[in-house]
Amino acid sequence: MSAISPAIFAPRSGPLSRAVDWVIRHPRMFVFLMVLPITLWLGIVYIGALIALLIQSFFSIDEYSGLIVHEFTLKTYAELFRSYNLDIIIRTVSMAAAVTLASAVIAFPIAYFAARYARGKWKALFYIGVMLPLWSSYLVKVYAWKLVLAKEGILNWLFAKLHLTWALEAALALPVVGGNSLSVSYLGTFIVFVYIWLPYMIIPVQAALERVPAPLLEAAADLGATPGQSFRMVLFPLAMPGIVAGSIFTFSLTLGDYIIPQIIGSSRLFIGQAVYTQQGTAGNIPLAAAFTVVPIVIMGLYLWGARKMGAFDAL
Amino acid sequence: MATGMTLMKQIYMGCTSALALGLAMALPAGAADMLTELGAGEGSVSIVAWPGYIERGETDPAFDWVTKFEAATSCKVEVKTANTSDEMVALMNEGGFDLVTASGDASLRLIAGKRLQPVNVDLIPSWSRVDDRLKDAPWHTVDGMHYGTPFMWGPNVLMYNTEAFPEAPTSWDVVFKEMDLPDGKSNKGRVQAYDGPIYIADAAMYLMAHQPELGIKSPYELNEDQYAAALDLLRGQRTLVSRYWHDAFIQIDDFKNEGVVASSSWPFQVNLLQADSAKVASVIPEEGATGWADTLMLHADSEHPNCAYMFMEHSLNSNLQSDLSVWFGAVPSVPEACTDGSGMQNAEGCATNGLGDFERINFWRTPVSKCDSQGTCVPYYRWVSDYIGVIGGR
Repeated sequence: MSAISPAIFAPRSGPLSRAVDWVIRHPRMFVFLMVLPITLWLGIVYIGALIALLIQSFFSIDEYSGLIVHEFTLKTYAELFRSYNLDIIIRTVSMAAAVTLASAVIAFPIAYFAARYARGKWKALFYIGVMLPLWSSYLVKVYAWKLVLAKEGILNWLFAKLHLTWALEAALALPVVGGNSLSVSYLGTFIVFVYIWLPYMIIPVQAALERVPAPLLEAAADLGATPGQSFRMVLFPLAMPGIVAGSIFTFSLTLGDYIIPQIIGSSRLFIGQAVYTQQGTAGNIPLAAAFTVVPIVIMGLYLWGARKMGAFDAL
Repeated sequence: MATGMTLMKQIYMGCTSALALGLAMALPAGAADMLTELGAGEGSVSIVAWPGYIERGETDPAFDWVTKFEAATSCKVEVKTANTSDEMVALMNEGGFDLVTASGDASLRLIAGKRLQPVNVDLIPSWSRVDDRLKDAPWHTVDGMHYGTPFMWGPNVLMYNTEAFPEAPTSWDVVFKEMDLPDGKSNKGRVQAYDGPIYIADAAMYLMAHQPELGIKSPYELNEDQYAAALDLLRGQRTLVSRYWHDAFIQIDDFKNEGVVASSSWPFQVNLLQADSAKVASVIPEEGATGWADTLMLHADSEHPNCAYMFMEHSLNSNLQSDLSVWFGAVPSVPEACTDGSGMQNAEGCATNGLGDFERINFWRTPVSKCDSQGTCVPYYRWVSDYIGVIGGR
């Protein structure tokens, strides 16, 4: 009879083997070591950066010397409520809301067609059509739009050929949103924002619509619902999480963008540009940080509301 | 845990600088003393420069003022381009560079931040060639010390469309006041202004000529009343301007496709548009013009000071001044470069770029609260937020 090997091995020698043994015998430590890198990444790079930013926003700038005073104050936040800064916030949030609404209205029929009717080749074409603009450079697209919308651009030419110049002029004569030409008005900024962010709305809406069972709509019709009623009471509520998910993208992307309003529009600042100017040109880092907190707060509230509406189920 | 706290602090510092917020932190002080004698070259020199300033023939083989320098000194030139004065200040604060081509709205900030070391002009034989008007210019001379060698200068001209203006406009009126232009149409929506707070100085310069009772001595030194008047003028201008210009190429496009016929501009855009046979020309109106004057300045912690001194000498005594002034539409800091045939520039070209207009140019400077002409002035910090307000319609 050979010797029976022991149930518990004697501790092995060597620091590495001892360490491995120790970790195996302490399963909780094993889990801790596994999550440590991720926690450090999130905690330091992400949260840490945010906190560093938040701290800056509680400092202030000395009005006379332009030097930063490293003392706690709410003065910088009070500055956000000065009329011209408040204008920037209201302007950006209204633009983000308008862009989101328009994207939802335009995206819905496209997504509906793709989810219900497009098959095979057409489905592939749909995906390419939606995704293709995302593959080309963002700057190239924006500069291209500047040419399209220019006073002597292709769109004006088209309107003239169709004898519709009066319609364009009427739109540009509107107070606030109008201007000298599309490329220097809020209307132009709005058009380009919608174009650039539209794919981010179409995809989640299409995903949500794919999941609506067709028999539900048939049943609604069988029970005597008009098409309008089945849209209002069946399809739309079921697609809502997709729309809200898409709106998170369009809303937050518009809120933070600082390139489009710089190239197309009336030179009036949006939040992103204000941060850039205050941080870079003025050296007023506290105000730049306070401006950055605005979209964080707005998006926090927005995400909280979106979660209530079940938007994260559609992501 | 004490070590943990230090670590956290370091990480916090790391985060802040990563977010480019490091500017808020106090910078290490202590400028190096200036060199008293030159040694051998260290093999390389790195320069922060405006785009187009340091050309080695790669953009256009005809424009090269680096290759010869490298061959003669065996100092390899590395260039980092920056698009704004603020980028230049940020790069120099980061460190690791030897030279910078700083404009007057950056140079004093760099000197005050102790990022630069004084330059010993006795070690630069060609210093004597520098334009006498630039030798002691206030944007690079502090307490009698020179913080660099003059590089290039030029005016912010009034660019206009020659179809709308058969004769050159004589006053900045055309961009500040609503009026009918010679082609019979209003200037509303057809003029532009610069999208930078420093443009407030252009308004102040206009007021120097048209409202002398305000007593403005320098457009960069404004008291509260003078400043308020300048802002009022700019608010009126807002109703005329559809878009402010920021990027030279967007302005070029706006002159071509947006129907813009007059704006403050740089000779750079005028040259490019004329090369494209667009119907534009430029003028310095009767009120004068603002302008820029760049200086080649040496970093306090430069690792290659000998090569840097050699490049400063090279910048004053080679084809650089002459060819660069053609390339960039600027005026050389060495007047001889216009006529000595060292490069492509000639007397006529220098005159076009503004050589004779030196006295009529108010060079860019950072407005500070302690000013020479009247004690207390409105500092740059307020120029920034108020110009945002003006463009926003307030």
